[in-house]
Formats: sequence, C-alpha cells, structure tokens
Amino acid sequence: MSAKMIEVRWHGRGGQGAKTAALLFAQAVMATGKYIQAFPEYGPERMGAPVQSFNRISDNPITIHSGVTNPNYVVILDPTLMETVNVAEGISKEGKVIVNTSFSAEEIAKQLGIDKSQVFVVNAGQIATETIGKNIPNTPMLGALVKVIGDLDINGVLEDTKNKLSVKFAKKPEVIEGNLTSIKRAYDEVKNS
Amino acid sequence: MIKPVYSKGKLAAKTGNEVMAEAMRQIEPDVVAAYPITPATEIVQIFSQFVADGKVKTEFVAVESEHSAMSATLAASAAGARAMTGTSSQGLCLMWEMLNIAAGLRLPVVMAEVNRAISAPLNIHGDQSDAMGARDTGWIQIYSENSQEAYDNMIQAVKIAEKAKLPAMVTTDGFIISHCMEVVETYPDEDVKKFIGEYKPERYLLDTKRPFTMGSIELQDYYFEHRWQLAQAMRDAKKIAVDVAADFAKTFGRQYDLYEKYKLDDAEIAIVVIGSTAGTAKVVVDELREKGVKAGLLKVRVFRPFPAQDIAKDLAKVKALAVLDRADSCSGTFAPLYSDIASALFANGITSAKVVNYVYGLGGREIAPNHIAEVYDTLGKIAAGTQKPSTDVNYINVRIK
Repeated sequence: MSAKMIEVRWHGRGGQGAKTAALLFAQAVMATGKYIQAFPEYGPERMGAPVQSFNRISDNPITIHSGVTNPNYVVILDPTLMETVNVAEGISKEGKVIVNTSFSAEEIAKQLGIDKSQVFVVNAGQIATETIGKNIPNTPMLGALVKVIGDLDINGVLEDTKNKLSVKFAKKPEVIEGNLTSIKRAYDEVKNS
Repeated sequence: MIKPVYSKGKLAAKTGNEVMAEAMRQIEPDVVAAYPITPATEIVQIFSQFVADGKVKTEFVAVESEHSAMSATLAASAAGARAMTGTSSQGLCLMWEMLNIAAGLRLPVVMAEVNRAISAPLNIHGDQSDAMGARDTGWIQIYSENSQEAYDNMIQAVKIAEKAKLPAMVTTDGFIISHCMEVVETYPDEDVKKFIGEYKPERYLLDTKRPFTMGSIELQDYYFEHRWQLAQAMRDAKKIAVDVAADFAKTFGRQYDLYEKYKLDDAEIAIVVIGSTAGTAKVVVDELREKGVKAGLLKVRVFRPFPAQDIAKDLAKVKALAVLDRADSCSGTFAPLYSDIASALFANGITSAKVVNYVYGLGGREIAPNHIAEVYDTLGKIAAGTQKPSTDVNYINVRIK
C-alpha cells in the first residue's frame, strides 16, 4: 500500500459493535477531511463469535477494494479473543495493537509475542461502564485509536460523533454525553505501559 | 482534503447499498416492487423506509418472490409508470423469464443489482455470475467500480433506459461495494430530478385515448422483426449512454464513458476487468508505472451494449492483454468478458495482441494486489516473447488438483 494509507483491523465478538465501531470511526475521520473505507468481514452472524472489521484512511482517494491483510493498527475489543484468534497476524514491526484490558502493555506484549513498544492498553470496558452505564467498549476504543494514530483531530472526531448520536438519540441526551465522555477518557487514558 | 466535484454536491460516508437507495429516493419512481435478498436487501429496505416515512410518493409493492417483483415492475412500467426494483443472485435467476419479457416489451425498468455468486454451493459473496447469466436478455448492464459510480450510474440509467426503451440494471460487487462505506458525493434532490426529467412514455397501457396491445403472440410473421428491433435498440443504446454521460458531466462534473481507460494509451501490457477489482488493479498499475513498466487498464462500465469497436481500437497497440472475468461460463472454453473482447479484437482486424483469460474471485474469493501483479508479470513475459500465452482459461487464487 502507499506509504500514506493507514489500515486498521478491529477484532470483536458478534454483537459487540466491531462493525459499528469501524463505521463510526470512518465517518468521524471523514469529517476531519480524509478519504475513508469501512467494511466488515461477513460470515455467519452469531452472537459471540469472533468477527473482524476494517478501515482504510488516506489523504488521497482510495481505489483498492481487496481485504486488509497487513494492518498498521489492530484494535481488540475483547481481550479473550487473544487466546483463540491470531490478532497480531500480518502486522509489521511498526504495527500497533490497542487492547481493551486491565492488564499492562508489558503483559499483553508477552502474551502476543510482540514488542512492548507495539502495544497500547486501555480499560475501555470499565470506562464504558462508568460513562455509558453498559460494558460496550467499541465507543471508547475510538478515542484510544485516534490517540495512538496520532495525526487525527480528536475534537473533529468528537464533534462528528456528537452530531451522529444527536440524530440517533434525540430523546436520550444522557446517552450522547456518556458516549462522548467515554471517547475522551479512552483518548486520555490509553497507554503504552 | 476531500472536496465535492459539483458546486452543490454534498459529501457523505455511505455504503454501496445506502447510496443506491439514496439514488432511488431522489429518482422517486412511481412504483417499486421488490423482494429481499442478501446482499441487496438493504437497498429496498432503506427505500421502503422512505416510502413509510412519506419521503417519496412511490407505490411500494411487497411481493412474494423475485419473479413477482419483476412481473409487477414491468407491468407498472407497461401501464405508464416509472418503475424500479432491486435484487441479487438467486433473485435475478428467478426473474430470468420476466427479464426477457421486460426487454422484449421494450420497458425502461431500472434495477439495482448487487452482484453475488449463484448456488450451488450456497454462497452470499460477490462475483458477477448472476448478471453475466443475464447478459443476453436485452437489458442494458452498467457495472460500478465503487459507491460513487453506483450512485452516478443509477441516475444515468434512468435516462438511458427511457431514451433507449430498454430495461437497465446497475450493479455493484456484493459486500465489496454493497457493504463498504466510502466517501460519496450526492447531489441535491431537485438537480437529480431535473437531470432525469419527467417520464413521458410514448405509448402506455393506461392511455385510454390510444389503446393498444402489448405482448401479443407473433409467429413467423412478425416475431423476427421485433427481435431485430430489440437487438438494434441495444446497438443504438451505445450512443445514448455516451450522450447521457456527456450531459451528466456537464451537469455534475463527473466524466463517464462506456469504459474507462487507465494509463492505457501507451501501455504495452494491460488488463481488462469489470467492477471493484478495477480499483485494486489501478493501485498495481501505479506501482508498475513507478518502476517504468508500461502497464495499463481498461475497465468495462457499460457491458451491454458492448462497445466492441471502440474497445478494439483502444487495445490495438497493446502487446499482451489479460481479460479478468469474475464469472466462469462453464462453456468448456473461455469466460464471458474474454469472449467478447477476443471477438471484438478479431472482428476489427486486431490480431497483434496476445490475449489471455483469467477467472478470479468466485464466491467472494480474495483478489489482492499481489494476484494482479502476478498477472502483469506474466503479461510482461508474454510481451517479451519469453512465455507462450496460455490457450485456455487460467484461474487466480484457487486450489486446483
């Protein structure tokens, strides 16, 4: 792929919102002025089964329509997937893995057999429980991903997410606030230690 | 920074299905009759929501099968309505009888068709076997590389179909485009409506002042003339599609032709392909060009009518050419696109190019840049004379014993 293109792979379980996260992420990044793609991997749809979804981000139009095999970033919504799915598959030495976990980056790096510099952790489940009231880690993980990628505008992402949620939850403003706080908290709390 | 092409255009992140439904909302046909099928379901599902929300005045007919969907759609068209539907794969197969009737009756029905493999084995993923099976039914076929093209093609298809008095299907590759969210520019409702104009059928069944019969029996006396007219209408539709594309470019700023040439003019080796894989192949062409390899691409957009003469002219200087088919023909010989390209070249006296055929991506099987790069590599050897061109179909990324 061209040097400027960023590719992301999301790992989750059916029902956990990996697809929604990729779609929300793409929309939010588009709002900051970039070209995007978001697509899920489709198979039998079963609650709890391992699922993946993907993003591409670029300053130039994206014409490629094959699968993402060498992602720059891997986001893991459910840490138990690391036991059964090779979540580090295809990532280079510069690739980064962002995990929703209460363990340290060092412990996760050891488990995945990759360098600690490649691992970022955030307790997105806890953040979601405290801010949204439910253990739905996909929204806070957006914030963590934006932070780790680095050159994306978190305020633009928050603004776009707010607009999207305002339409969807017009009658439940507390949901909107909770989601936005979760993104901001994960952005602040994601760490490489 | 992303920018709209049209001064009043709006950028949005949408999937192929969402944007086809959006085009249907703006077209606002009089009648839509449809039956759900993966991966096309969303198109008519979203559209039926527009109907339920009162955003369109369309009469939505929820039918019990695709055969009925096409029957109801073509009947509405015969009655004088602008009528549309959407389907995929087995749905298109079940429509087959009525596809031929829509074309034979010269009804400008427009269909959103999401390309999907056909059974058996059961598979919901993208390949073009379904539409290729309907390639000789008298339907105009316009294939889309991405969501933007799907949207633009839907709008153009209405105008092309109504001018040509032929039904038209606009396709996207199942899941690869239908479920992929991308940046799409949409145009204001009133501008789309103005572009397609009001539908004024020349003759229609509900015109009680000028009653006439459609679909009567014609034996040895008239059948042949009417079938000739159908074939001729398809030949004439080439110019119509070109003219509508020119109007579209003038209005909205996006350029389309019957096919797209990508770095083809000085190409020594080239690939001909349809649909989303063209986008992936463009990445490979760019990489090869950076290395100084004269690689090019021809993407067929309007497959029916097939622009044989023009394509032949544009491929005349290519030394080695690979035609990539996302459908097999089970003919014992070559796949559909190859057959049309090869006969186009031969009929127009172009015999210098070595032309090989590859079948790829059946049932959604991955087609990645490295697969396409291998094809160009082989073409390079064929062009240099170090490898003999294969005289049979080749297969990409499949396990063959």
